[in-house]
Amino acid sequence: MAEDLLLSMRGIDKRFAGIPALSQASLEIRRGEVHALIGQNGAGKSTLIKVLTGYHRRDGGEVVFDGRPFEVHSPQQAQAGGISTIYQEINLVPFRSVAENICLGRETRRFGLLHWKAMHQEAERLLARFNVRLDVRRPLMEFSTATQQMVAIARAIGFSAKLVIMDEPTSSLDEQEVQVLFGVIRQLKAEGVSVVFVSHKLDELYEVCDRVTIMRDGRTVRAAEMSAIGKLDLVSLMLGRDVRKAEGHATAFERHVGAGNGEVLFAAENLASGQAVHDVSFQLRRGEIAGFAGLLGAGRTETARLVFGVDHPRAGSMRLAGAPHAPRGPAEAIAAGMGFCTEDRKVEGIVPEMTVAENMMLAVLPKISRRGLLDDARQKEIVEGFIRQLGIKCSGPSQKIRELSGGNQQKVLLARWLATDPRLLILDEPTRGIDVGAKGEIQRLIKDLADKGLAVLMISSELEEVVEGADRIFVLREGRSVAELDGEAAGEAEIMAAMAHGSAHREETSP
Amino acid sequence: MTQTLGTPAPAASPTRRLEIIDFLSRYGTLIALALLIVFNLIFTRNFATLQTLNVNLTQVCTIVIVAVGMTLVIATGGIDLSVGSLMAISGALAPMIFLGKIVPIDNVYLAVAAAMVLAVAVAGLLGLFNGWLVAQFGIQPIVATLVLFIAGRGIAQVMTNGNLQTFKIPEFQWIGLGRFFGIPIQVILMAAIVLLAAWCLRRTVFGRDILAIGGNEKAARFAGIAVGRVKLAVYAISGLCAGLAGLVVIAINSASDANLVGLGMELDAIAAVAVGGTLLTGGKATIIGTLLGALTIQLVRYTLLANGVPDAAALVVKAAIIVAAVWLQRQGRTS
Repeated sequence: MAEDLLLSMRGIDKRFAGIPALSQASLEIRRGEVHALIGQNGAGKSTLIKVLTGYHRRDGGEVVFDGRPFEVHSPQQAQAGGISTIYQEINLVPFRSVAENICLGRETRRFGLLHWKAMHQEAERLLARFNVRLDVRRPLMEFSTATQQMVAIARAIGFSAKLVIMDEPTSSLDEQEVQVLFGVIRQLKAEGVSVVFVSHKLDELYEVCDRVTIMRDGRTVRAAEMSAIGKLDLVSLMLGRDVRKAEGHATAFERHVGAGNGEVLFAAENLASGQAVHDVSFQLRRGEIAGFAGLLGAGRTETARLVFGVDHPRAGSMRLAGAPHAPRGPAEAIAAGMGFCTEDRKVEGIVPEMTVAENMMLAVLPKISRRGLLDDARQKEIVEGFIRQLGIKCSGPSQKIRELSGGNQQKVLLARWLATDPRLLILDEPTRGIDVGAKGEIQRLIKDLADKGLAVLMISSELEEVVEGADRIFVLREGRSVAELDGEAAGEAEIMAAMAHGSAHREETSP
Repeated sequence: MTQTLGTPAPAASPTRRLEIIDFLSRYGTLIALALLIVFNLIFTRNFATLQTLNVNLTQVCTIVIVAVGMTLVIATGGIDLSVGSLMAISGALAPMIFLGKIVPIDNVYLAVAAAMVLAVAVAGLLGLFNGWLVAQFGIQPIVATLVLFIAGRGIAQVMTNGNLQTFKIPEFQWIGLGRFFGIPIQVILMAAIVLLAAWCLRRTVFGRDILAIGGNEKAARFAGIAVGRVKLAVYAISGLCAGLAGLVVIAINSASDANLVGLGMELDAIAAVAVGGTLLTGGKATIIGTLLGALTIQLVRYTLLANGVPDAAALVVKAAIIVAAVWLQRQGRTS
């Protein structure tokens, strides 16, 4: 039975400062299979992977890889041993050429010098396996995210990996690029390479994976054939509770009544700026969730940055509550009653060395301080209020935010803006990289905020989130707003048509 | 299974090792300082005297004053290499004013007041210039402050034609030689600056903004923090601190030599900050730590000198301490 097992991790324990992150976790991977690893944030997926790749040292348990005990102390050693990891954020050198990136760390040398020709040939050969043909002499940063990911995979294969771990590889890819990636995964599988596929998108798992391991609270709760387990079972195993209600509804949004009658709070007309925004117009109403739908690069985030004063429009105008709105910076936008939960929590959101409380208070400090002095009592009151109200799981206000799970970090960032008592809240991918449970909580919270009269602008790459959550949907395509759809009436087909062709089909009646 | 029995269980030892490192990175400086004091009490003759305390404190004062400004700059993720040169400028300018080389001022008190205020203000303005380069043009702090690191000392030399200025003016020199209830004035000055800065960092919005910028500048910007203005402020403060330290140095020496005032001070200050436990990449800073760091370095030097080890060897030990401190910091962060 054990002969077709490539990897066997058993009884893995790992504690951080005494708190167990993994307890008796296990993972078994067969040769040449695509294996899904799923679980909520904080379930222990990434800790398990980091134990495997030598980033963390385990406190107990055994790891057998390729028939031998596997003891590594660094990702480099793991790579040399045949396990390569491709992270969500691509860990390559953007300025260097594709070939250099692929050969990084194992450069071909001749007479002690780099043997460029051999490296270029090697890179081309590796990429050709995936039918990717490009000039390997060009710097990596000139290529799309999807191509960069191909390069990362080619690099992993170059290390003659027997196991490739992909940590949420599809989160920054569009539909078409995902299909290309799946092609690559199938190719790997055909060559006998095993793949561990971490993703929060259930549909993808059924499309590409053979088996699945589900984790919860640091334990492995089930390992099964993908075909033998239903979607609903997956979700309920991850959550550890019965979620039959989720069947008809993929998100926690419920249509709320009376939306669409609110007055227009914010209007943008013919905005343009830089490379990404060419002609965008939209209105936000009080008590309404407006959704921005669009493919990657459609200019959604870039438009939001204009509204918030991070960038400045080259053309067009904005009005907030009837008055012209032209913030010189975020501070002015915040003073005007806006909040902006950014897309990338790590890069633009959290201050990792700071505590939960300090992160939460970051935007509101000027408002609640007198003559620049911190008011501890006032802060404590607000922070504890939000921790309770939003159900933020932390050991207390003074825990470092970097120790929290993604979902809880996102709640802290939401609280950062709610503390400023905004009338307009921009949420850029509010549930990206967050587990199903926390996702539902955040979606319910967004709806509650709209019910209380806030105007919400929600950017999401998950179509179902926009369709089910938004009262009004603006479709952006290549920097232009191409369609405005009523959230109630719009279907996914209509939105996708607008994304693809630049107009929803109902508008095609005009000659 | 036999194989797993053969390999040592990787359980307890790494955790305990991390706990020790975590403890050391938090209290290491304090422990080192305590050990040094104990060592000296046992081995160094006449250590437990007021005089020894005064010698050490007065020697460390200028480093601490400069290092406080440096801590704030480093907390934003920057660095200020120009502090030594700014000390030289302030140290050159002040005597020129109170000796009446620019405009004769009859009243000695007026002359000294004008000299002190102007010298420190000029250093502050030059610090502001550093901040302007960093904030306005996004120049890397190490490069931006290198400008005045090089040019600053040159300016001081040109101002004085490279001449040594000597003076004996008690109305000015109280800042370096005076005592208040037996405590040297500069020690009181140092204590006041340390307390003020520590309070600022912990208790004011400004302090919070500094740490937020050092911790994640993009996030700080999105949260509405005026990143540029805060940076201008910290570099200006660093300049002011350097200017003040320059005055203390020339007051102690009764002379100002543009070639020597503040020479190498930038490195002493950065060393104190690093040993004190402030993250050199920004976002985490402790003023009290900086004070302890400076005291530790000072006491190591004193211990070695008092026990007959030459100053050159003391430099090597100083370097070793800095390496150890930075290593501990890195370990503490990856745990």
